[in-house]
Amino acid sequence: MSEMKKIKNLKEFSTSADRFEGANLLCPGCAHSIIVREVLNATNDDLVLAASTGCLEVCTAVYPYTSWDASWIHIGFENGSTAVAGAEAMYKALKTKGRLKQPDRNPKFVAFGGDGSSYDIGFQWISGCMERNHDMMYVVLDNEVYANTGGQRSSSTPIGASATTTPAGSISYGETRNKKDMMGIMAAHNIPYAAQVSPNKWKDMVKKIQKGFATEGAVFINAVSPCTTEWKFDPKDTMHLADLATDSLVFPLYEVIDGHEFNITYRPKNVVPVEEYLAAQGRFKHLFKDEYKYLIKEWQERVDANWAYLNRREEARV
Amino acid sequence: MAFDKLELNETEVWDGNHAAAQALRQAQVDVVSAYPITPSTAIVEGYAKFKSDNLVEGEFVMVESEHAAMSGCIGAAAAGGRVATATASQGLALMAETLYQASGMRLPIVLNIVNRALAAPLNVNCDHSDMYMVRDSGWIQFDAFNPQEAYDLNLIAFKVAEDHDVRLPVVVNQDGFLTSHTAQGIHPLSDDDAFNFVGEYKPMNDMLDFEHPVTHGVQTEEDWHFEHKARQHADTMNIVPGKIDAVFAEFEKLSGRKYNQIEEYNMDDADVAVVCMGSSVETAREVAGEMREKGIKAGVVGIRVLRPFPFAKIADVLKDIKAVAALDRSAPGGAAGALFNEIAGSLFNTDSKMLLSGYIYGLGGRDLTKKHLVDLYTELQANADAGKLLTQQQQFIGVRGPKLAFL
Repeated sequence: MSEMKKIKNLKEFSTSADRFEGANLLCPGCAHSIIVREVLNATNDDLVLAASTGCLEVCTAVYPYTSWDASWIHIGFENGSTAVAGAEAMYKALKTKGRLKQPDRNPKFVAFGGDGSSYDIGFQWISGCMERNHDMMYVVLDNEVYANTGGQRSSSTPIGASATTTPAGSISYGETRNKKDMMGIMAAHNIPYAAQVSPNKWKDMVKKIQKGFATEGAVFINAVSPCTTEWKFDPKDTMHLADLATDSLVFPLYEVIDGHEFNITYRPKNVVPVEEYLAAQGRFKHLFKDEYKYLIKEWQERVDANWAYLNRREEARV
Repeated sequence: MAFDKLELNETEVWDGNHAAAQALRQAQVDVVSAYPITPSTAIVEGYAKFKSDNLVEGEFVMVESEHAAMSGCIGAAAAGGRVATATASQGLALMAETLYQASGMRLPIVLNIVNRALAAPLNVNCDHSDMYMVRDSGWIQFDAFNPQEAYDLNLIAFKVAEDHDVRLPVVVNQDGFLTSHTAQGIHPLSDDDAFNFVGEYKPMNDMLDFEHPVTHGVQTEEDWHFEHKARQHADTMNIVPGKIDAVFAEFEKLSGRKYNQIEEYNMDDADVAVVCMGSSVETAREVAGEMREKGIKAGVVGIRVLRPFPFAKIADVLKDIKAVAALDRSAPGGAAGALFNEIAGSLFNTDSKMLLSGYIYGLGGRDLTKKHLVDLYTELQANADAGKLLTQQQQFIGVRGPKLAFL
């Protein structure tokens, strides 16, 4: 049986044996390392990990160093999911054949990718892994931009964000397309478990990760990862940004079981206006010019509509 | 549930695809991660059927693209076990990125490439443009000329790839349709003999050894990348050829079938010779025999190991030949044929007076007929008699329209 850690407070997190070392090259204030640590520390079981090319990968495995004290693999930009699926297939084969070196272990298979490698270039690979229902967890570190390559838009970049390939300018307010609904698409694979998480709500996150680890079959996790460099906020404010994301309902926390059972897992006591979330980030600065203020209003309407939609889904159980 | 073994006849009638599938079964591959594509599909279909019939215990992962197929193979191989797949043409092109990753990570994977033309125009038939596209991808590359060899070389490939001094992936090429779909009498090994020859998989740096966590697929920039690539090339050039020869010798002892890095036919006293690959080798051998009756001392060299290219062996066998033709079954795209270049590279800076000409043939499955080869040998003999090339250095044969010759 897999072993779920009892984590009641942050101190228990900080005293856990780190299988992801603090010695890495991620930016000060990057949420990636916080999310990764929260995922790995949710279990005492052995881990087989993968990362697609991206910030996490280039900052944690630069030869001759590694930040990983667990089995870890990187292949390319699009295939971290399939790397872990292949390893999981090998685990099953060796288990059948009685050739596992430590047959009493109960390893967890986890792949990490940014939104670039998940929403865009690796989309098909993830879809394949989810559809085949490998016993694995895929975690998106969703910072809504190609951060590793310097801030190009991805299909996760929301309307109005200025990215280097959709820069705000005298006749442009930046990104014109709305963020892709990756959760909806992944849940539509009817996988056993899909959840959206945020590092500030760590109890909610640990609960979901442990639920995912206890699930047999494919698990999809979308984690908001505020990016100090590309969202343009002070590195000390990472958790504040995560608070604004969850409490404005721009990034609602919910889970979908078997593709239809919606549960909203966090209902902010005081919902923050979307405007506050936008105002805290340099990437939306231009929206506060008079000619673009209508976009802020539209933002709020979109977030309200999405929240209402999620509530209807929760109620209807379909 | 234990799997069942098969009692094979001394002679089975198998095509190249089925022969390869049987070899994967006998090697007791742990994971096959695959995506179907003509003309290689029957290999993975064969494996799937073996699985359905309880003839293999391994996992079969039917992924959503060839890129994912090799990605899954890489993850599985890094986890620590025997891995194989098959593809062709467009599938190989889509897979190409991951081939470099597999070899750079030194993972022993066996890939069957059932050679087929690359689009455009779309074509399902044999040529070697897919083989050539990935020839510098860091994989060891074998070439089977017939279904028996497709079977044998698959067993050999695992043993070479998984040697801890080698740890490189291996391609086994066979001609699409001409070999893959041509049923011939095959002499297989028994299930036990075949598996004992390949041996138990011995993991190294395996991700599933939780007492020894390992990081696969790191980043190196200008500080270390060159050393990694150079060291790998050094191993490929210095260690791999001897390992291949040793496995060939062991296989001969078991089966009586002798393999060589280059396969010579009537080369001892030959004046003129054809160097080629795939099923054309057998056609060329037949014609070379007939040319002897016409007084032309014709020989054939088949390339069994394309990578690492057997430069010294080629130089040695061709050094006293008067006129040699390099046959390349791939559109050269504004260059000499790849085989032409390798042979030229083998003989350059030697005392050889060999006259070398290149022939582009058989694109998209166009037949190479005996008549083509008779004319070719006759042309080589004329070159030899004249002591110089009487034709242009590169010619296209078997193509309609005005004669195409270059260089």
